[in-house]
Amino acid sequence: MSSRPAPTASTTTADDASDRLGLVMRGVSLRHGNAAETVQALDNVDLTVRPGELAAVVGPSGAGKSSLLAVAGGLARPDQGTVTVAGQDMTVPSRRTRTELRRQHVGFVFQSGNLLPALTAADQVRLPLRLGSRSQRSGRDPLELLADVGMADKSDRRPHQLSGGERQRVGIARALVTEPSVLLVDEPTAALDRARSHEIVRLLAHEARQRSVAVVMVTHDHDVLQYCDTVYEMVDGKLATSS
Amino acid sequence: MFLAIRELNFARLRFALMGAVIALIAVLMVMLSGLSVGLVRDGVSGLQNLPVTSFAFAQDVQRDSAFSRSVVDMTAVDEWADQPGVADATPFGNTLVNTRTDRGTEVDLALFGVQPDSFLSPPVSQGDRLGTEDGIVVSPTALDAGLQMGDVVTIDRLGTRLRVVGVTEQQDTFGHVDVAYVPLAAWQAIKSGTAPGTALPQRAATEITAVAVRAADGKSVDLAAGDTAAGTESLTLKESYGASPGYTAETTTLQLIQGFLYAISALVAGAFFAVWAIQRKPEVAVLRALGASTGWVLRDALTQAFVLLAAAVAIGVGVGLALGALITGSGIPFALSMPSISAAGVGLVVLGLVGAGAAVIRITSVDPATALGGNR
Repeated sequence: MSSRPAPTASTTTADDASDRLGLVMRGVSLRHGNAAETVQALDNVDLTVRPGELAAVVGPSGAGKSSLLAVAGGLARPDQGTVTVAGQDMTVPSRRTRTELRRQHVGFVFQSGNLLPALTAADQVRLPLRLGSRSQRSGRDPLELLADVGMADKSDRRPHQLSGGERQRVGIARALVTEPSVLLVDEPTAALDRARSHEIVRLLAHEARQRSVAVVMVTHDHDVLQYCDTVYEMVDGKLATSS
Repeated sequence: MFLAIRELNFARLRFALMGAVIALIAVLMVMLSGLSVGLVRDGVSGLQNLPVTSFAFAQDVQRDSAFSRSVVDMTAVDEWADQPGVADATPFGNTLVNTRTDRGTEVDLALFGVQPDSFLSPPVSQGDRLGTEDGIVVSPTALDAGLQMGDVVTIDRLGTRLRVVGVTEQQDTFGHVDVAYVPLAAWQAIKSGTAPGTALPQRAATEITAVAVRAADGKSVDLAAGDTAAGTESLTLKESYGASPGYTAETTTLQLIQGFLYAISALVAGAFFAVWAIQRKPEVAVLRALGASTGWVLRDALTQAFVLLAAAVAIGVGVGLALGALITGSGIPFALSMPSISAAGVGLVVLGLVGAGAAVIRITSVDPATALGGNR
């Protein structure tokens, strides 16, 4: 079954030049498992997220939301279909090439921040700039970025010295430091109270628009969907526009 | 380095404990190295100090006891002196004796019988060189054992009396026994069991332990050709160490212990970094998802292992050297040799890295997609 295209202004044809700067997925399918037991994680998924757009994907656990992010970010190769980020093919066979494309064009925000325990907030944000070769170490000023997400005064703190919301703010700064075209956000409010959840998603929406980043946010939290431009629902690997 | 150094600083207690284990192994390695060098020096320094390139022993002699079993006829000396590339060849006698001074001090001596006018006659740090028929030149370590200049020692059961006339410049020991250089004629009498005042049997006057051969500078000697001509069996100077009593057994034992220590070091480092790698899997997944290449992650992990190993080995070697300095001169055969200790230190770091490398290689299989969802 094919997914329905979202009836919003953000959904256009893949040939639109502006789409190529964001995320475009066409006919993407992914199966997990072996010959004896197979799970259809993604089933012929079409998705277009343009720069500056915040798209939410909701759905029950095991529906394929994480698989969608994995394929969109080049962490996994789909069995069929195409994925482009900023016009770059994220389904190339070479893992090294996909890693490099991810480093250059994709930012990830994980559940609870997924910060590294040994690093201060400033170092967490510096880290993505150190993952490439010296010639590739361009991006935003980490301290300036921390200030933008309201963490300037806690730049020397380590993850265990930060609250859940603060960890997510640092995670967002870390994802934005390389000036990516696409931000893939995985359950950013999973461990936050209502007020913090709204704060974080508002921040994501603001950053998406201000920096023209295409944002895909996977979430269970229907409370924060008001900040999103588009909402998709995923069930059994199929993606559809949410009512 | 970016992450490696910060993690070392952050988990400093954990890394310090691991470093302490490696440092203790390094201390043990320095002590073993000191013992090894000390035992070698105690076993064969008398041979090491000889200006000899090879010894020609009796044909088919048992190699590990050649010095005590070999009997060579003096005619072989001339044959060897005529060989191409040989600068000099001279008779060499060797035997171990128990002696007692007139003051009642019992001293064991390894007698090196040499012709006083030959190149084997040792320079002295005090007293006179070999010359008089009953004069001996002893190792300075014999003075530590109770001998004094001018002492007369009597060989047990034989009654031959020898006078200490000189002391060599450096430690000369053979099979852990102090060396005493003795004129060849006196050695032949002692070796043949000829009591003082008794005529030396003619056969004894032509027998020596081996022919000491010195190659001309920059020349090599065809030992096989020389052996064929002289009817002997040659060992190079280094090979002849194995003929010193207990040398092979001691060095093999110590090398075995050192080998085990290297293996233990690699295993300890490997086990620690294996656990560390397993604990870090979620973080590695995040790093890979953020765009870290496999090479970056491996380099970072190995840098961390190298910094830890190098620092721990440096501290261990430092402590070992301090302990070694206390032991040196205490009577234990112990000598600090920087080349040996440096090699041991480098060996520990390299093998530790091999162990760590084998352990951290598993992080290359971490799936970055596990950073997503509730996997952490």
